[in-house]
Amino acid sequence: MAMRLRVFKNIIKQGFQGMWRNRGMGIASVSSISAVLLILGVVLILILTINNIVLETKTKFDEIQIYLEDGLSNADYDRIENRIRDMEGVLSLVFISKEQGLEIMKEGWEEEAYLLEGLEENPLQDSYIIQLLDIKYAEEIVSNLRNIEGIEDVKYYQDVIDKLMLVANYIRFGGIVIIGALMLVSIFIISNTIKVTVTARRREINIMKYVGATNGYIRGPFIIEGILFGLIGAAVSILIIKFGYEYFFKSVNDKLYLLFTVYLVPPTLLIKDIAIIFTAIGVGIGALGSLVSLKRFLNV
Amino acid sequence: MIEFQNVDKEYDNNVRALVNINLKIHKGEFVFLVGSSGAGKSTLIKLLLKEEEPTAGRIILNNMDITKVKNRRIPYIRRNIGVVFQDFRLLPNKTVYENVAFAMEIIGAHPKEIRRKVPMVLSMVDLSRKASSFPDQLSGGERQRVSIARAIVNSPPVLIADEPTGNLDPDTAWEIMKVLSDINGRGTTVLMATHAKDIVNSMKKRVVEIHEGRLIRDEQKGGYGNEITSF
Repeated sequence: MAMRLRVFKNIIKQGFQGMWRNRGMGIASVSSISAVLLILGVVLILILTINNIVLETKTKFDEIQIYLEDGLSNADYDRIENRIRDMEGVLSLVFISKEQGLEIMKEGWEEEAYLLEGLEENPLQDSYIIQLLDIKYAEEIVSNLRNIEGIEDVKYYQDVIDKLMLVANYIRFGGIVIIGALMLVSIFIISNTIKVTVTARRREINIMKYVGATNGYIRGPFIIEGILFGLIGAAVSILIIKFGYEYFFKSVNDKLYLLFTVYLVPPTLLIKDIAIIFTAIGVGIGALGSLVSLKRFLNV
Repeated sequence: MIEFQNVDKEYDNNVRALVNINLKIHKGEFVFLVGSSGAGKSTLIKLLLKEEEPTAGRIILNNMDITKVKNRRIPYIRRNIGVVFQDFRLLPNKTVYENVAFAMEIIGAHPKEIRRKVPMVLSMVDLSRKASSFPDQLSGGERQRVSIARAIVNSPPVLIADEPTGNLDPDTAWEIMKVLSDINGRGTTVLMATHAKDIVNSMKKRVVEIHEGRLIRDEQKGGYGNEITSF
């Protein structure tokens, strides 16, 4: 047992030593890992941001407002309310009387609210705001609402939502394609870089075999080296993304809100996820790359 | 110690590298393996190291039939054999000390044992002063002595030397022969493949000659050989 432990310790030591002594090659591996992760990060942030914008916008349009005819009886109100509550996909139903509507309007108009004071008669209608469980029920509910007697108008931003969903789907699909392609490219680049490292050390591997090193003993340091390169590559790209995105967030977020009334994904949240993803990818690619490129050298 | 029983080796391209080899080497012997290039010396060594498998026959090393050993166990077979090559095969980015210690580290030797044994072996090959040099700072003879130190540091019962003097000038070659002879004197069986006629002739050791894959001569206190093989 003590012997195994020593061998294991040796492997780790050799891994670190190898990394330091092959730092020239290491810089190549690390920069290619970082470069790929950086591009991946930018694409990922882009997708997340657009996804976020779409989702936020969607929830804003995620309600249906209906306006009632004037002069309905209490029984009519009950009838309409019950019909709506029975529909599938309705989350909540809020009644807004024309008086409340006016109040809300006044609040919204702020300084100009005095203009509303002069009205002799409330021009608004009683209305309901229907919150949907999910956007998918919208169409059916809207068409059912139109058949209810006493409802004058149904306001729903169907077109906007449809377009948004379409755009979001395209972006998601495009993003997945780009990420997939990038992953392939990165595995290719990194396994090649490590192949160069391994080829350069072919002699070393050969010698190790003659001295009686087991395959595990030979593989170990290379894999640890690969993992270390992967980790450093990930760390470099995480730092660049962190500072880059924080800067971008600071300078763009407010303007973006003014334009589209949406916010970017806050950096702290995003960076944590990206750090986890990048570390996993870096380590995975490093280890896998070493294994793949070592395979053909071990059959002596 | 080492025994070849009716060993044949045919490569994939139908080249018959070894034909019906029978050879027995006893513990503590010093044996020269001679023959022209391509005669089959290297194949014989490769079979001992299990770099190649024989087509037929058995090879016994340390009372074990190594032809039956599984691939996974090959490293453990090789630990019983120290190997020295013509081109030294040192790790270029490790110091002399590390190159030798390396052979002990991979078998999980105790660090104390490594610290005790490496300087001992280095002083045996007269390289104590060069312990912290890198291989490219050494002369050819010094490099070969490092590789010998590495080969014997784990005290293997057998030392195989494949043309260890091939890249060295005559004076340096004799230095190496003295080291090998010393090691043999301490009880290690030595099998040395060589083209060095002078060395074989003056050492007066057992000589085994291979010609076109066949063992044609096995002589105690022999010389390099006759017209067939010398050119």
